[in-house]
Amino acid sequence: MIKQEMFLEFSSSEKKSMRDAYGDSLIELGAKNRNIVALCADLSESTRFSKFAEKFPARYFECGVSEQNMAGVSAGLALSGKIPFAASFGVFSPELNLEQIRLSICYNEANAKLLSTHCGITTGPDGATHEALEDIAITRSLPGMTVIVPCDYEETMKAVHSAAKITGPVYIRVGRDKYPAFTTKKTPFVLGKANVLMEGSDACIIACGIMVYEALMAAYQLSKEGIQCTVINCHTIKPIDVNTIVLWARRTKAVVTAEEHSIIGGLGSAVAEVLGENFPVQMRRVGVKDVFGESGKPEELMTKYGVTRENIIYAVHAVIKEKNKVI
Amino acid sequence: MKKLNKIKDLKLMANTLRQQVIKMTYEAGSGHPGGSLGMADVFTALYFNYANLDPKKPNWENRDRIILSNGHICPIQYSAMAEAGFFPVKELLTFRKIGSRLQGHPHNKSLPGIENSSGQLGQGLSIACGMALARNLDRKKYRVFCLMSDGEHDEGETWEAILFAAKNKLKIVSLIDRNGIQLSGFTEKIMPLKSLAEKYDAFGWKTIDIDGNDIGKILEALRDAEKISGPVAIICQTMMGRGVSFMQDNYEWHGKAPNREEADRALRELEVWRREIERE
Repeated sequence: MIKQEMFLEFSSSEKKSMRDAYGDSLIELGAKNRNIVALCADLSESTRFSKFAEKFPARYFECGVSEQNMAGVSAGLALSGKIPFAASFGVFSPELNLEQIRLSICYNEANAKLLSTHCGITTGPDGATHEALEDIAITRSLPGMTVIVPCDYEETMKAVHSAAKITGPVYIRVGRDKYPAFTTKKTPFVLGKANVLMEGSDACIIACGIMVYEALMAAYQLSKEGIQCTVINCHTIKPIDVNTIVLWARRTKAVVTAEEHSIIGGLGSAVAEVLGENFPVQMRRVGVKDVFGESGKPEELMTKYGVTRENIIYAVHAVIKEKNKVI
Repeated sequence: MKKLNKIKDLKLMANTLRQQVIKMTYEAGSGHPGGSLGMADVFTALYFNYANLDPKKPNWENRDRIILSNGHICPIQYSAMAEAGFFPVKELLTFRKIGSRLQGHPHNKSLPGIENSSGQLGQGLSIACGMALARNLDRKKYRVFCLMSDGEHDEGETWEAILFAAKNKLKIVSLIDRNGIQLSGFTEKIMPLKSLAEKYDAFGWKTIDIDGNDIGKILEALRDAEKISGPVAIICQTMMGRGVSFMQDNYEWHGKAPNREEADRALRELEVWRREIERE
């Protein structure tokens, strides 16, 4: 659990690239298990798979700009006992090659792991073409797929290691930028189990990815106003941790979700599904509002497209107001 | 597994499989008989002579891998598997029905012996490439056969996989059903493919062009392909609907099941052909 005094420390957190964790975790895995293989579609530097390629060239397969083939080759490797990790940008994999992931990987129950980067609005100057805002929605709807959205470097390391341990397809998404690295090697990470980082009874903020840090900063600001928030890091979007979400919805009766993804189909939708069927409460979703992004600096885009700590604070106020009206 | 070594026995088996295709698609009331009939000789050559398979141990690790890419012709694969002993022949009549292991398009998790699920065109060769890579890493010797249609060469992924196999010099033998027909018409009208051999050649594959309804030629091509390093495409010039006069070369029979009358007529024609083979 996070104590108030820790926020000073967090706000000065070193920024680290989550993509680096792809490269760093894969070479650890590759050294331990000969069945780990890696594939990339002409983006080995950007995805940091180049590290694996240098260390284990015989187990690295460069696919060129062919994400559909990369998904199929991964399926064939997995069906033959290998544990393939295939990487690209989110817009190319899983978005361009969705059907190959659906049939060749998921329907075949192939033990393939898909890692993407450049997801979310913080992809920045490349613009809307490269800002994947739909990837959680589409992967979450595929039968058998596990979906993880880690919040920082260390959690990405743990997510990749966990993906290798379980059997079945896994999708992990991170962004392009450097983000505060605020969790440590010791921070717990259990697949499918959301982490309650702060406890408060006024509202519950459920976040994933880089919005977890924003949620903590928002909660800190709100605490200065006398509003006590629960902050949950829901790193596993599928399978979603129903128990933790319902427990804190019950205790706070006001829920805000935050994600760097479209408000359609992502974490907010997953939480709404859980609450709608189990314990309906007042709820607001912070996310990109069903529009494409554009070029700009990450922080400019986060502000323009409404995915900042200020947006979370605004949503918490709104949801508490509604809650009080209802009561 | 029973291996048939005489061409006559293989021809009789192909005839049996063709009859099963008619019965299955009639019973199901839907399905794709045309391509299934056209590829009966290729499936017979693989399942009853050339491929190393063990129907009692469908997951035997050194088995040859038969990857069907154009899953809609699964009636012929199911028929071959049933006759080879992978499952009871009577189960063929459950094809496309609720609860059946014989899905309308093959599902590897439903039926042991099916290597890959397929149905969406263009995905099989990529899977075959992955299997060939894994085989090489494991220093195994099993062979990878990929059965494809000409129509699915419209799909971009097919060409991605062709490039990938050539780059990695993967030992894969693909058998392409070049019947010139796709679902809604002739390939040369819907999307002209022209010479597949020239295209494969330009992409770095070796090619062998044969009459895909001649079992002797199919076996010879498979033996020749084995001597070549790297990927080989055997372009099987087949006739869609082969063996049933009114289905032959008629694209309407790509994706339509025969009614009772048509099925009876088809079976009668196939019986006449069978007696001709027996007299040879």
